[in-house]
Amino acid sequence: MINFLQNNIFYISAFGLILIGLFIMLSKRNLIKVIIGLSILETGVNLFIVTLGFLSKGTAPIFSKSGLDMQKMVDPVPQALVLTAIVIGLAVLALALSLAIRLYNHFGTLNLQKIKEQKW
Amino acid sequence: MIIIITLLVLIMFVAAIAALIFKDLISAVIAACIVSLIAAILFYFLHAPDVAMAEASIGAALVTTVFIIAIKRTKRYEE
Amino acid sequence: MRKFIGIILLFIIGWGIVVSLKEIPFGEQKSKVGKYYIEKGKEETGASNIVTSVVVNYRSFDTLGEVTVLFLAAIGLGAVLATFQRKEKIKVEPSSLILYTGCRFLFPLILLFGSYIFIHGHLTPGGGFQGGAVIASAFVLVYLGCRGKRINETGSKIAESLGGLTFVILGLVGLAVGGQYFLLNFLPKGEFNTLFSAGIIPIIYIAIGFKVGAELSGIIDQLMEES
Repeated sequence: MINFLQNNIFYISAFGLILIGLFIMLSKRNLIKVIIGLSILETGVNLFIVTLGFLSKGTAPIFSKSGLDMQKMVDPVPQALVLTAIVIGLAVLALALSLAIRLYNHFGTLNLQKIKEQKW
Repeated sequence: MIIIITLLVLIMFVAAIAALIFKDLISAVIAACIVSLIAAILFYFLHAPDVAMAEASIGAALVTTVFIIAIKRTKRYEE
Repeated sequence: MRKFIGIILLFIIGWGIVVSLKEIPFGEQKSKVGKYYIEKGKEETGASNIVTSVVVNYRSFDTLGEVTVLFLAAIGLGAVLATFQRKEKIKVEPSSLILYTGCRFLFPLILLFGSYIFIHGHLTPGGGFQGGAVIASAFVLVYLGCRGKRINETGSKIAESLGGLTFVILGLVGLAVGGQYFLLNFLPKGEFNTLFSAGIIPIIYIAIGFKVGAELSGIIDQLMEES
């Protein structure tokens, strides 16, 4: 049991966050709830990408003092990709929320079914 | 060590399900902020200090601010 | 009905993820590019932080693309939320003296901390994006604490444009001097683990720090404009 947990706990957490985020996006009707689900989904995907570069009994990839073992450092390439992805996630959320504010000013409601039923 | 990580992952799942259930939108946003903070702690356990700093400052602070300002300009309660 | 279809779809996706995750072992060396960057990164760039040298030196074209995407998002937000009608000013009561003085006192300290993070990006964990986010948080504190103060728009625009221009001009100078490729690291490497080392990496991170800080505080200023 402890061995199973030690191997797989990070995969389970990333996988669980992706599924919960997808469920919020699919089944809720309020537009801002859908955007909250998008934010949780992005956090899960970033956690998954950083897990792929992990090395057991490794250290962080920084040469802070001399004489550090180079063979035991964690992979730096997924960390560079996730750094970019977090900032772009913020930009996408800000733009989506500004579109939600404009929709509210025009239709008067944020319920997706009522917006679909209104004809122009 | 592994017990602490398991407890943190359980709290993260409870917070994510709470973001699904709450009807008050500001409470749901605070639950998403808790998910982001615990993800920053997990990034530290994965030996990635740069990513942990980025997630804590951008994901937990700025995303919550943008959400609360947007909720203030629209409705607060989901029907 | 909708929730039922959602749950079935999630079961199918979950089964697919579990089947494909059995093939990936946890905690073993998976790629060779990472090994090359760790072994050769210390001599070729001179930076202590390997993630910084990957983001700014080996993969700097992707960082240029990311800065462009942030810029587009800020422009899009300004264009969507612009209105031509003038709203009437809502009367806001001023905050109390303790709150006002406390926020004004904390503001330059947080700015100093953010600048420390992006200036030492190649020696300690940190860098331009994290430092820019801390600077934007300092501006959010002033908006929330001292009500009614707004950022100087001209200064913000100048900081943002200068940051972007510095990045592109340094890349073109590298192309002209070395002749091999865009964004070549042409300044001398210097001593290891000191502040003036690693070529053009600290200069690019300072430019990115200013640009990201000005952009994120501009986004929050646009969203908050009605009161």
